[in-house]
Amino acid sequence: MTEGITQPGGGWRRADRWAGNGKRRRRGGGRRNAEMPMVDDVEFTSYYGRPIIKPPVWKTPDVPLYLFLGGAAGSSAVLGALADVTGRPHLSRVARFIAGGGSMASVGFLVHDLGRPERFLHMLRIFKPTSPLSVGTYILSPFSAAAGATAAVELLGWFPRLKRFGGAVSALFGGPMATYTAVLLSNTAVPSWHAAHEQLPFVFGGSAMAAGGGLTMALTPVEEAGPSRKMAVAGAAIELAAMHRVEHDHGIVSEPYHEGRAGRLLRAAKACTAAGAALTVVAGRRRPGAVLSGVLLAAGSLLTRFGVFDAGMASAKDPKYIVVPQRERIEAGKGSGAVTR
Amino acid sequence: MTSISSASPAFTGRDPENRLFGPLPDVQGEAGYDADHPARVGFFTDTSVCIGCKACEVACKEWNLLPMDDAHGTRDVIGLTGMSYDNTGQLGANSWRHVAFIEQSRTVDLPMPAVGLPGADRPANVLNTEALTEFDPQAATSGADKQIRWLMSSDVCKHCTHAGCLDVCPTGALFRTEFGTVVVQQDICNGCGYCVPSCPYGVIDQRKDDGRVFKCTLCYDRLTDGLQPACATACPTQSIQFGNLDELQARADARLATLQAQGVEGARLYGRDENDGVGGNGAFFLLLDEPEVYGLPPDPVVTTRDLPAMWRAAAKGAAMIVGVALSAVLGSRRKR
Repeated sequence: MTEGITQPGGGWRRADRWAGNGKRRRRGGGRRNAEMPMVDDVEFTSYYGRPIIKPPVWKTPDVPLYLFLGGAAGSSAVLGALADVTGRPHLSRVARFIAGGGSMASVGFLVHDLGRPERFLHMLRIFKPTSPLSVGTYILSPFSAAAGATAAVELLGWFPRLKRFGGAVSALFGGPMATYTAVLLSNTAVPSWHAAHEQLPFVFGGSAMAAGGGLTMALTPVEEAGPSRKMAVAGAAIELAAMHRVEHDHGIVSEPYHEGRAGRLLRAAKACTAAGAALTVVAGRRRPGAVLSGVLLAAGSLLTRFGVFDAGMASAKDPKYIVVPQRERIEAGKGSGAVTR
Repeated sequence: MTSISSASPAFTGRDPENRLFGPLPDVQGEAGYDADHPARVGFFTDTSVCIGCKACEVACKEWNLLPMDDAHGTRDVIGLTGMSYDNTGQLGANSWRHVAFIEQSRTVDLPMPAVGLPGADRPANVLNTEALTEFDPQAATSGADKQIRWLMSSDVCKHCTHAGCLDVCPTGALFRTEFGTVVVQQDICNGCGYCVPSCPYGVIDQRKDDGRVFKCTLCYDRLTDGLQPACATACPTQSIQFGNLDELQARADARLATLQAQGVEGARLYGRDENDGVGGNGAFFLLLDEPEVYGLPPDPVVTTRDLPAMWRAAAKGAAMIVGVALSAVLGSRRKR
C-alpha cells in the first residue's frame, strides 16, 4: 500500500450525511480515525443505515409462546414421570396435564407460524442434523404425541400402564424439547442470539424448569409439591445466572438485551423470577404462597422468552451489531478473510 | 447420492471433509452428485465498471416474473427511498439483483497526491487523474478542495460454498444444484422462514402474501438450457460476468492486479477466498471500498460452523433438567 489517499478507504465518506429516521443519528462514512469522532456512539460504516441481515420473519407472540410452552411442557414431563415412579399421583397428574396441554398448544403455534401451514408435514420428509428446526421436528413430534396421549388417558382414566409408558416417552424427549429451541435461535446470523449460543440452552433450560416447577407447584397440593418447589427454585437460579452472562459477556451484541422493549421485558422477567423464587422458599409450603410464586415464576419465564426474542430482532435490524463485531474480529487478526486485497 | 450427508459433523463437530466450514473444492460432489457433474458456475461482479443502469434488475424481474415492490419489500407499492439513486433498497423476495448506489466525497490537498510521480512509468490513476476529473462523475471535483465519486454495485445471492440457508432448511426445499448453486424448490417450501435470518448477507426473504421464500436461482432454468443468466446477458458493461467459477476467479485476480497496477485505490475482491467464513462465494465481487459501504458484512461466517458447540450445550442443558428434576424428586420427603 502506498501512502496518503491511496490507503484503503482513502478518506472517502458518504456525501449526503444521511441522518437516520430520526431515532438516533448514525454516522455514514465515518471511520475510527475520521475528523469528527462521535463521543457516545460507536463509529461504523453502513449502507444508509439499512439492515445487513434480514430480521426473522417469525411472528410474535407465536414463537415466544412456543418457546415458553415447549419449555414448561418439557420440564413438566420429566417431573411428572419421576413423580409417577416415586408415588406422587397428584403431582404426576398435574405435570402430565401441563406437558400435554403445553405440547399440543406449542404444535399449534409452530404450525400457525409457517408461511404455508398446510405444508407442515413437509418437515417430516427429511431428517437433517444441520437444521435445528428439522431436529426439533423429530423432538416435538414424539414428545407432543406421547405427552398429549398421556394427558388424554390421564383425563379419561383409561389404560394406567400405557399412561406410565407414555409419560416415560415424553420425559425422554422433555429435556431436549426445552433446550433445542435455544439452538433454533442461536443457529442464525442474528448477532445477539448467535453470540450467546453457549449460554442460551442453559437460559432456556433454567427458564423451562422455573416455569414447569412453578406451574405444577401452583396446581398441586403443597404436601406433594416438594419436587416442584425445588426444581422451580433451582431453575430460576440457573435462568438468572445464565441470563446474566448473556447480558454481559458479549460486548456490543449484549447491548440489545438492555435496551428498548427487550430491556424492559428482561428487567421485568428478572424481577418476576427472583421474586417468585424467593417467595417459593418463604411461602411455598402454604397454598396462597405456592399459587402466587408459581404464577410469578411462569410469568418470569414467559417474559424471558419474549425479551430474548425481542433482543435478537433488534440486533438483526441494526447494522451496527453486524459491522462492529466483524470489524473488531478483522482488526484483531481473527477475521476469516472475506476480502482479498 | 448419499443420504443424511451432514449427520455426523453437525452433532460431533468432527469435520475432516469440511462439510460445515472451510474450503470445499467439490461442492457438488459433497452434496452427493456423481463425479461427472458440470463445473461449478457463478458470477464475478466487477463494480469498477458498473454504471448503475439497473439493466440487471430489470432483466431479472422480467425473466423470473418477479412482482413489483418498494425498498422495504412491500408488494405493489412504488416507494422512493429518498437516500440516493437506489430505490430498490435491498435484495429480497422480489429483488434478486440490487444495484447499490453510494455518493461519496472527500477533502483533498491540492495538488492531488494520487497522480503518478513525474517520470514514473506506471500509468496514471484512472479514477483520480486531474485530466479526467473535469468530466468523469466518478472522480469529479466540486468546489475548491472536495472530490465526489459514485460507487455502484450490483448485489446478488452469493451462492455460498457453505450456505446457511441451505444448512438450516428443514424441508429440503433449498438444495444444491448440479452447477453448485443454491435454489429453492417452490413446491416444497412451507414458509418456516428459518433460512431468512440464517443468511449472513440478508439475501433470502419471504413474500408475506405468499408465505414462501424466494431468492436468486442463478437462472437455473436458463442454465439447464445452456443459456447465461438474464442479468449477465443484459449487463452492458460486462460488470456482471457469468462463467465457470475457477475461470472467473482467475479473471478477477487478473483484473485486480491490473487495477492495482493502474493505481486505482481501494480495489479488492470480496468473497473470492475459499478460506473465508462461508468457504468462498459462488458469486463474488470486485469492490472499491470496504464491504459495509455497499451493505455487505465485512466478515460473514456461516452460522452452522458453531452448530456442534450449540448441540453440545443443548444436550448438557437437557441433561441438567433431568438431573435437577431427579435430585428434586429424590431430595423431597414424601408426606403420606
